[in-house]
Amino acid sequence: MEIKDIEKLATLARIRISDEEKVTFLTEIDAILKYVGEIQKATLGASHTEVGAVYNVLREDGLANTPGQYTKAILAEAPEVAENCIKVKKIL
Amino acid sequence: MAIDLKNLTIKKAHEDLLAKKYTVLELANAYLENIKKKDSEIHAYLEVFDDISAQAKVAQEKIDSGTAHLLTGIPFAIKDNILIQGKTASASSKILEKYHATYDATVIKKLRDVGAIFIGRTNMDEFAMGGSTENSAFGVTKNPHDISRVSGGSSGGSAAALAMDGCLAALGTDTGGSVRQPASFCGVVGLKPTYGALSRHGLIAMGSSLDQAGTFAKTVADTEILFNTLAGQDKMDATTLKSDTYAPSPIKKSLTIGIPRHAMEKGIDSEVLSNFEKTIKQLKELGHTVVDITLPNIGYALSVYYVIMPAEVSSNLARFDGVKYGLHVDGKNSIEDYFATRAEGFGKEVRRRILLGTYVLSSGYYDAYYNKANALRKKIGNDFVEAFKNVDVIMTPTTPSPAFKIGEKTNDPLSMYLADIFTVTANLTGMPAISIPSGFTQEKGVSLPLGIQMTAPHGQEAILFALGKDFLGEK
Repeated sequence: MEIKDIEKLATLARIRISDEEKVTFLTEIDAILKYVGEIQKATLGASHTEVGAVYNVLREDGLANTPGQYTKAILAEAPEVAENCIKVKKIL
Repeated sequence: MAIDLKNLTIKKAHEDLLAKKYTVLELANAYLENIKKKDSEIHAYLEVFDDISAQAKVAQEKIDSGTAHLLTGIPFAIKDNILIQGKTASASSKILEKYHATYDATVIKKLRDVGAIFIGRTNMDEFAMGGSTENSAFGVTKNPHDISRVSGGSSGGSAAALAMDGCLAALGTDTGGSVRQPASFCGVVGLKPTYGALSRHGLIAMGSSLDQAGTFAKTVADTEILFNTLAGQDKMDATTLKSDTYAPSPIKKSLTIGIPRHAMEKGIDSEVLSNFEKTIKQLKELGHTVVDITLPNIGYALSVYYVIMPAEVSSNLARFDGVKYGLHVDGKNSIEDYFATRAEGFGKEVRRRILLGTYVLSSGYYDAYYNKANALRKKIGNDFVEAFKNVDVIMTPTTPSPAFKIGEKTNDPLSMYLADIFTVTANLTGMPAISIPSGFTQEKGVSLPLGIQMTAPHGQEAILFALGKDFLGEK
């Protein structure tokens, strides 16, 4: 792994990191990957595609809450609000 | 009257409240006084709530009208990643420092319904990533047994709050040992239930296939009360268990305990090992059988965990973007807002794990890391299922060492990860595990608690409670 790989990961993850931190992350992530890379040595038999006893399901489509039930509380947490909407920057 | 908090249990407090030896408010005030005295040094709490007398009033009415539950009026500390409607839930992160929960987590709703008291929210490693609370954006929680040492983590605040008599019970979350490890370091009982036993609705997600809400209490009997109150299917969490997902096993009077000795050959403190041998001897004297077992793939458990967990972390934490809630740092345009907000809002360990997770999920490495880890996870689970054909419980120390010094591992993330060696397996397999105090070790004149971890098959918490009570001599 090189500095440019850390930069690529940071771009994918949408996190800005300083030049100084790129260096420490490079060393640390390299060491961690070396450790977890042990799993390459394992031989596999079982498939991981089996479904366990519990799994996620989607509920039936429909109204889960009364319209507007949480609107006020949720908008109160937004960084910027305009007319009952969360305000975001222009993207086009 | 002065209440003897040190020897108080949920059971005892419940009896006292019913007998009107003291009121709910008097009990809460006794804890608040203790917090005032001790918490400026320990820093278990991020916030002590200002509505405790109003909560106490509701609970007292339940007691006075004869509709009290075992947990009515019992003072709880709540980890800061569990939502309480209207209260701040920061997950000890700057990105959520000013965020208020817009609804109750299911575990909170259940406690609220029976009239439990929420004393405050407790410190933790940021987004539950860490084993010492040193990754909190708001300072470290010190161990009440030795303030130069960590309380453990990530639920270190909850464990320390209980150990310093700053509450009578506490909630935490456990993704790789985050309830059991701090419980062991602080000398209390910590339970990570079966995956799906407790609802995850309203827990700030870290690794969704591993996360589980857990409990802290002083005794196994109290832990059982907490578990029985909080467990159950929840329509808000599709992964919760139905009452018949796992059939209960009858509990034998004499249990067979399996020890994976081959996994305990290196990296474990000698005092931890000798305490473990002493525990085995005690269990044999109580009439249980102890046998050696083999878990062929357990050597891969920590590596598997440190691939799957960061992968899930990187996905779960993508939601924090400075748009909908939480911190917003302004950039030139909306994409720059994301980069700036996440850089300023996330601490170092969180960013490190997001990058690591992004790596193991990225094209070209996905099969070698993430897929391989998932396949191995299944194999490790099968190893446990096989072992449980011959034993009722599998036992190890909870941690390879007692609580370490503050700062000892902060510059070496990998050495911090190695402390999770015994605890991650229960999260990978989804099986229940409990950490129970097993004595103390002396380090330079200070007594530091040690713990043992017992794991049972899916849905068999009752076996852990039975053996735990037997071991601690509880009725």
